[in-house]
Amino acid sequence: MSVPLLRAVDLKISFDGVLAADGVNLDIHEDEFVAIIGPNGAGKTTFLNLCTGYVRPSAGGVFIGGREITRLSPRQITRTGIARAFQLPQLFAEHTIYENVLIAIAARKGFWSAFSTLSDPVYAEEAGALMDLVGLGGIAHLRPVEISEGMRKLADIALAMALKPRLLLLDEPTSGVSASEKFGLMETIVGALRAEKVTALFVEHDMEIVRRFADRVVVWNQGQVVATGTAEEVLNDPYVKENVVGVA
Amino acid sequence: MIQAFIPLLVDGLANAAVIFFVAVGLTLVFSVLHILNVAHGSFYAIGAYIAVSLNLWLVSSGLPPALSFVSLVLSAAFVAALFGPLMERSFLRWTYGRPEAVQILVTFAIFLILEDLQRIVFGVQSFYQDTPMQLLGSTTIGEVVYLNYQLLLIGLAVLVLVGLRFLIGRTRMGKMMVAVVADREVSETLGIRTDRVFVLAFTMGVFLAALGGALASPTTSVAPGLGAEVMVLAFAVAAIGGLGQIEGAALAAVIVGVTRALAIYFAPEFDVVVPYLVMLLVLLVRPYGLFGKVQARRI
Amino acid sequence: MPILVTALFLLFVALLPIAVPWLQFVFTLALAHGLAALGVALLLRAGLISLGHATFYAIGAYTTAYLSTHLGVTDFFVLLMASVVVAAIFGVAIGAFMVRYRSIFFAMLNLAVSMIVFAILAKFYGLTGGTDGMRVAAPTILGMELERATFGRVLFYSVIGMLVAVLILAGRYLQSPLGQALSAVHTNEVRLEYLGVSVNRVLLCAYTISAALAGLGGAVGGMAIGHVVPELAYWTASGHLVLVAVLGGIGGVVGPLMGSIFIELVHTFATGYASGAWNLIVGVALLLVVFFMPQGLYGLVARLGSKKKAMS
Repeated sequence: MSVPLLRAVDLKISFDGVLAADGVNLDIHEDEFVAIIGPNGAGKTTFLNLCTGYVRPSAGGVFIGGREITRLSPRQITRTGIARAFQLPQLFAEHTIYENVLIAIAARKGFWSAFSTLSDPVYAEEAGALMDLVGLGGIAHLRPVEISEGMRKLADIALAMALKPRLLLLDEPTSGVSASEKFGLMETIVGALRAEKVTALFVEHDMEIVRRFADRVVVWNQGQVVATGTAEEVLNDPYVKENVVGVA
Repeated sequence: MIQAFIPLLVDGLANAAVIFFVAVGLTLVFSVLHILNVAHGSFYAIGAYIAVSLNLWLVSSGLPPALSFVSLVLSAAFVAALFGPLMERSFLRWTYGRPEAVQILVTFAIFLILEDLQRIVFGVQSFYQDTPMQLLGSTTIGEVVYLNYQLLLIGLAVLVLVGLRFLIGRTRMGKMMVAVVADREVSETLGIRTDRVFVLAFTMGVFLAALGGALASPTTSVAPGLGAEVMVLAFAVAAIGGLGQIEGAALAAVIVGVTRALAIYFAPEFDVVVPYLVMLLVLLVRPYGLFGKVQARRI
Repeated sequence: MPILVTALFLLFVALLPIAVPWLQFVFTLALAHGLAALGVALLLRAGLISLGHATFYAIGAYTTAYLSTHLGVTDFFVLLMASVVVAAIFGVAIGAFMVRYRSIFFAMLNLAVSMIVFAILAKFYGLTGGTDGMRVAAPTILGMELERATFGRVLFYSVIGMLVAVLILAGRYLQSPLGQALSAVHTNEVRLEYLGVSVNRVLLCAYTISAALAGLGGAVGGMAIGHVVPELAYWTASGHLVLVAVLGGIGGVVGPLMGSIFIELVHTFATGYASGAWNLIVGVALLLVVFFMPQGLYGLVARLGSKKKAMS
């Protein structure tokens, strides 16, 4: 059994007396596509925040590839190979989508290339390839405010992918996207991730998406992992049905 | 040794009282309107100029000198009435929702305009009018001589502090201000006339600055450049206390006033630098000021 | 397009004094301030308002004055380089803790530092000449002493030459990832951190460069006037730099320079008619720019240029 790509051990944190993480234990292995489901307020986003250094746990640890990253800053954690895509797409509003991607690529390569300009061919090639992978080619010259939410989500993911991460954490990738676009969006995302061999952990509320795309499902409730297994196993589990999903 | 120090301490506290007026006005405007008014110090100066002019006229016209106290307050009220609503409705209203740089530039532009207006209206010579201070005389306790006017200043500052706290905590207008400070949009949906709250808060701020200037005028000479000096000092004190914190401004004013008094006694070369050193030190340890509140970022 | 505007502007600045000789001094000073304003503009791109940038202008000016008057170092190039280096060192030192702050706090702390520097310059008579200030001994070029008038000319054209280099380098900097990161910091700092970028390091780099620019400006200003005073560091001087930067426009590197030249021209003409109301005029001008021309002079020119292109 190889070292898990991501391991959380007994994570605990509370906010103003609410236990957002109450002893969370979880392993994610390479090439897995793991969905996290659970009711609102169960602590799913908190878990992502704990893994990416946005908050520090009061107890427990997070490890990537065996290396402890619990107390590192988001910047340092990003450098270990974990990237994050956000529920509300976090883009640079005054730059075009193409420029956004360029900045992300430059960030990965190291910013201390002060005498190269962003229009250098070395960036252009990579940016073009990435945008094609994610399906953003047509809107490259537009600003974030000028495109649809779905496109913004893709752009957000493209930024994360530009870092060539080992693990990508996605916070509700299809939320805010119209029902007709959801599946297409997820297909694009999963296709891109598989092509680049990126392991992914995504928080999702839409059970159809979960059923279709997740290798494994982890169920959250009240700050804890309460069930794990394939989508079928988990969604047919009576406890899960009653407490988390609602009786179907 | 301590005999020499006490007058310095009283001096320091009296200065603290004056700077408290200005700083608390600045901090109030910042907390309600989210604007840092670079022209705030100018109102202090204009308040001083008008108070001095009024008192010079008063004395020369043979009216009872006791009225000079009234004229101090009247001057402040006049400045507030003249500039408060005018500036808020016209210039400031336009800047709401725009980037911070714009707000700072607009108030800086108004500062520049007011600087020259002062020069044009009052000239470049310095004024001095100390009737109120003379009238009150001095008291001797033990071997130390206290200037009663300074004691009055300190008393008034305490009164203003208590009054503001009462206003904000107990009156309807005060509670509306607190609501607007907490969340402008929600307050509007609750039916609070935020535009009225803004005008009132800003005018109060101007009044407090002008009051500081008027009350200080009997103790010092009033000359061009006063506004600029006071502005940056009030900034420092408000920042030390935490922007938007009334008690913070009071505590910061006392700290600055007392450390300045100490500096004058022990290291006279440094007394001007003291407020800024204190500000640097405080902000290094507590980036939001002594009583300032951290604003969490949401993603 | 920007290159054309910049070239035309520099030609205008370089050639006009041939026709109107007394403008040479005015322009030299304007360019000196413009350099410092360019520094302010860099930080404005990141959404940071440096209300204390006059600190570095003053440091550059006083370094030049001190070296030339007290230490007998009069070589023109050495003085300029020393001022830039000293200003940059202070920039790194002050910037190191300054970049942890944003918006109002950044502005205020810079203000505080500038007032401390002002007070130090005004108080330490022995070192700085106190409120009287310090003289700047006439610089020598390659060992040669020059007449005042000749030196003035040399200074002016050297500044223009330096400006060309500065503008090219600044332009490249702003096109580089480091420079583009500045406005990215402004729009989404958290995202940058999540891309593995140290925002504080990006800002420190910008801060140091902007301090160096201001130091260069201060050295030139000191040499032009021949005298330096503590008022160079007063907070209103910093305010003027911000004004010039915004007036000129931060969209292009030449913007702040344009703003500075414009303001100096207005100043020169205003002194003839309304010398007591200089602040008033500047204040009104600033309000007009903020209300009607938020992109500044540079933005105006750029818009006119693109309209022309669209029409032809």
